[in-house]
Amino acid sequence: MSKAAIEGPPKGGFSFDLCRRNEMLLQKGLNAPSFLKTGTTIVGLVFQDGVILGADTRATEGPIVADKNCEKIHYIAPNIYCCGAGTAADTEAVTDMVSSQLTLHRHHTGRESRVVTALTLLKSHLFSYQGYVSAALVLGGVDFTGPHLHTIYPHGSTDTLPFATMGSGSLAAMAVFESKYREGLTRDEGVQLVAEAISSGIFNDLGSGSNVDICVLTKGHKEYLRNHLQPNPRTYISEKGYSFSKKTEVLLTKITPLRDSIHIIEGGDEMEE
Amino acid sequence: MPIQQANWSPYDNNGGTCVAIAGADYCVIAADTRMSTGYNILTRDYSKIIQLADKSVMASSGFQADVRALQKVLEARHLVYQHQHNKQMSCPAMAQLLSNTLYYKRFFPYYSFNVLGGLDSEGKGCVFTYDAVGSYERVGYSSQGSGSTLIMPFLDNQLKSPSPLLLPAKDAVTPLSESEAVDLVKTCFASATERDIYTGDKLEILVLNAEGIRREYMELRKD
Repeated sequence: MSKAAIEGPPKGGFSFDLCRRNEMLLQKGLNAPSFLKTGTTIVGLVFQDGVILGADTRATEGPIVADKNCEKIHYIAPNIYCCGAGTAADTEAVTDMVSSQLTLHRHHTGRESRVVTALTLLKSHLFSYQGYVSAALVLGGVDFTGPHLHTIYPHGSTDTLPFATMGSGSLAAMAVFESKYREGLTRDEGVQLVAEAISSGIFNDLGSGSNVDICVLTKGHKEYLRNHLQPNPRTYISEKGYSFSKKTEVLLTKITPLRDSIHIIEGGDEMEE
Repeated sequence: MPIQQANWSPYDNNGGTCVAIAGADYCVIAADTRMSTGYNILTRDYSKIIQLADKSVMASSGFQADVRALQKVLEARHLVYQHQHNKQMSCPAMAQLLSNTLYYKRFFPYYSFNVLGGLDSEGKGCVFTYDAVGSYERVGYSSQGSGSTLIMPFLDNQLKSPSPLLLPAKDAVTPLSESEAVDLVKTCFASATERDIYTGDKLEILVLNAEGIRREYMELRKD
């Protein structure tokens, strides 16, 4: 019994077979599982000698902080890094996938990867999933053609910009960039400005928080500054401390030795052919 | 034309968390001072606590416009009581009044999650906890608001309130000293702030005892 005439090779993208069943379940009152979103502030800017990327480190699940110190600046190639906002699994998966593809490509071509290659691979993947892969990315790197900074939206569109912000804290960070950005910043000025923009997201956006991560990319050199700033220490640690009484009791410890169940039969019949 | 659903809601949630703990001769009421809407902070310095009578203090989280309206109604009613009875309302009396006021709006509720704390007529600490429509119970400790799911299990573990269903009825107040209870409250909020995005900025603590009322503040994470 076949529904379609001939089934070809799998075409990639999502299979929508279960959509009707999911719809029916939702109407019956099923709570759909929630996604871990990064509710984030991510930024990038181009400076004199290259590109600087920045990100906060809070991952949220609704109103709860799931991870206080996660890494949102992902490795794509030795000279290319990518910040990710949106669904954490999607940003991880898509950046890991493109990173692997570029490694193979480098072996194939014998050359350093270019930022536009990563850009094309990412945007065509996201477009083919029609926005269902919820990954909003800030891609930055330095290759032989120079420094590059791009934003990639979940539906697959891209922008090429001198400075960019994404995530729920993007407005707070962009306010800082629009006030203080200028061309030809030095490395220290650039790092300072990125840190300020991320801090603005951390303190003014509830979806962003904890620490500032920074990545400085220049020709032939990268500096990954994990937890460059830690402006949110725990405010109160009780001196006396708290203990939790053990509620479980060991009633009885009984060790049952395994029975010796090997019986050696002497002189059995030979196996027949 | 398909049935249209209402896409305007009269309510909003301004977040925040409240806690109250009753002791043998004191009561601690605390709330954070952050007011937010969606992912934005409206202000870092908003008090959710109000003193309704000389021995009754209420802390409320939820929709602050409804909280404010509720506070005004209770203050007015307390003034009338004072004129009619020539004395302040006791905490248990205020508790009943709050319950009735909330149930009065059963079919268009105050979006307000309240804890009422104070000293009863014998001078012992008392805490009353409410839902949005006025169901209430006297307990030894309680928390309400966005961080309550994080704080309540910790308080249950530390304060081990006996079940109100036990006979003979056991006292619900904690044997902890006043300073230990304040320490506990500070630890609760510092921890809740780590994991709840709607709790933070500053903690306001009110301590009621026989001498009167004392206010204390503590900084919390601002991210």
